[in-house]
Amino acid sequence: MIPLSWYLIFSALLFSIGLFGVLARKNAVAILMGVELMLNAVNINLIAFWRYIVPDTTAGWMFVAAVFAVAAAEVAVGLALVYSIYRGRRTASADEIDLLKW
Amino acid sequence: MTPIQYVFLFTAGFTLLAALGVVTRRNVVHSALFLVVALFGVAVTFAILEAGFWAVIQVLVYIGAIAILMIFVVMLTRRNVADETYPEPFNDNMRLAFLAALLVFGGLALIIGGWDAAREITTAPFDFDTLTEFGLAMVSPDGYLVPFIVVSVLLLAAFVGSLMVAVQARSGEEEAE
Repeated sequence: MIPLSWYLIFSALLFSIGLFGVLARKNAVAILMGVELMLNAVNINLIAFWRYIVPDTTAGWMFVAAVFAVAAAEVAVGLALVYSIYRGRRTASADEIDLLKW
Repeated sequence: MTPIQYVFLFTAGFTLLAALGVVTRRNVVHSALFLVVALFGVAVTFAILEAGFWAVIQVLVYIGAIAILMIFVVMLTRRNVADETYPEPFNDNMRLAFLAALLVFGGLALIIGGWDAAREITTAPFDFDTLTEFGLAMVSPDGYLVPFIVVSVLLLAAFVGSLMVAVQARSGEEEAE
C-alpha cells in the first residue's frame, strides 16, 4: 500500500533538514537538535528496510538499538560539554567559542 | 489512495514541518518543542511500520529523556532572560549549508528514484514475533550479545564522561589543591 520509496524520501528529507540545522545554526544545543533529526532519519530508514525486505530477521532491530543508544550517549556528553563551556564563557553560541581558531 | 497512505502523508507532513521549525526558530526553546513534535511524528511512523516496540522506545528515550535534557540545557544556557532578545539563528554559512542540504537531498532522491524496486515493494504480511526473537538474539552468543555489551559499555562511558565534564568545573573552583 505504501511504497518503500515514500519512506526513503521522507527519511532523506528529514536527514537534509537536520543537516541544514547542524551546519547553519549558531546555538550549540540547536546544532545537537539537528544531529538528533539526522539520527531519527537513519532509524526510519532502518525500520522501513527491515519491514519491507527482511521482516523475519532481527539484524535491523539491533542496528536500531545501537543507533538509539549511541544517540542518547552522544546527546548526554554533548550537552554536558555545552553546559560546561557555558559555565566558563557565558555563551552557548558556537560562533563565540573560537579560542582555537587560526 | 488508501487510508493508511493518508495517515502516512499526514504524519510525514507534520514531522517535516516540525523539523523545519527546529532548524529555523530564533527562540531555541521553541526549537526544542518543535523537536518533540518531530520525534513524536517519527514514533508514529514506526507504528505505521509495525514496529510498535520502537515507537514506544522512541517516546520514552528520545522525547522523555533526550528532548527533556535539551530543554533543561537550553534553559540553563540563556543569556538574556530579562529582555528576551533573541539573536539571529543562523551563522555565516547559512547559504552554503542550504546548498549542501539541497545537494544531499537531491543525490538521495536521485538514487531512490532510480531504484525501481522501491516503488513496487509493498509490505507482505509476516508471522514472526520479532520482539521475542530480538530479545533472545541480544543475549545469545551466536546472536548479538557482543554488540549489546559493547553498546552497554558505551552508555556507561558516556554516563561517567558527562558526569566528569559537568562536575569537574565546580570542584576545580572550590578546592585549590
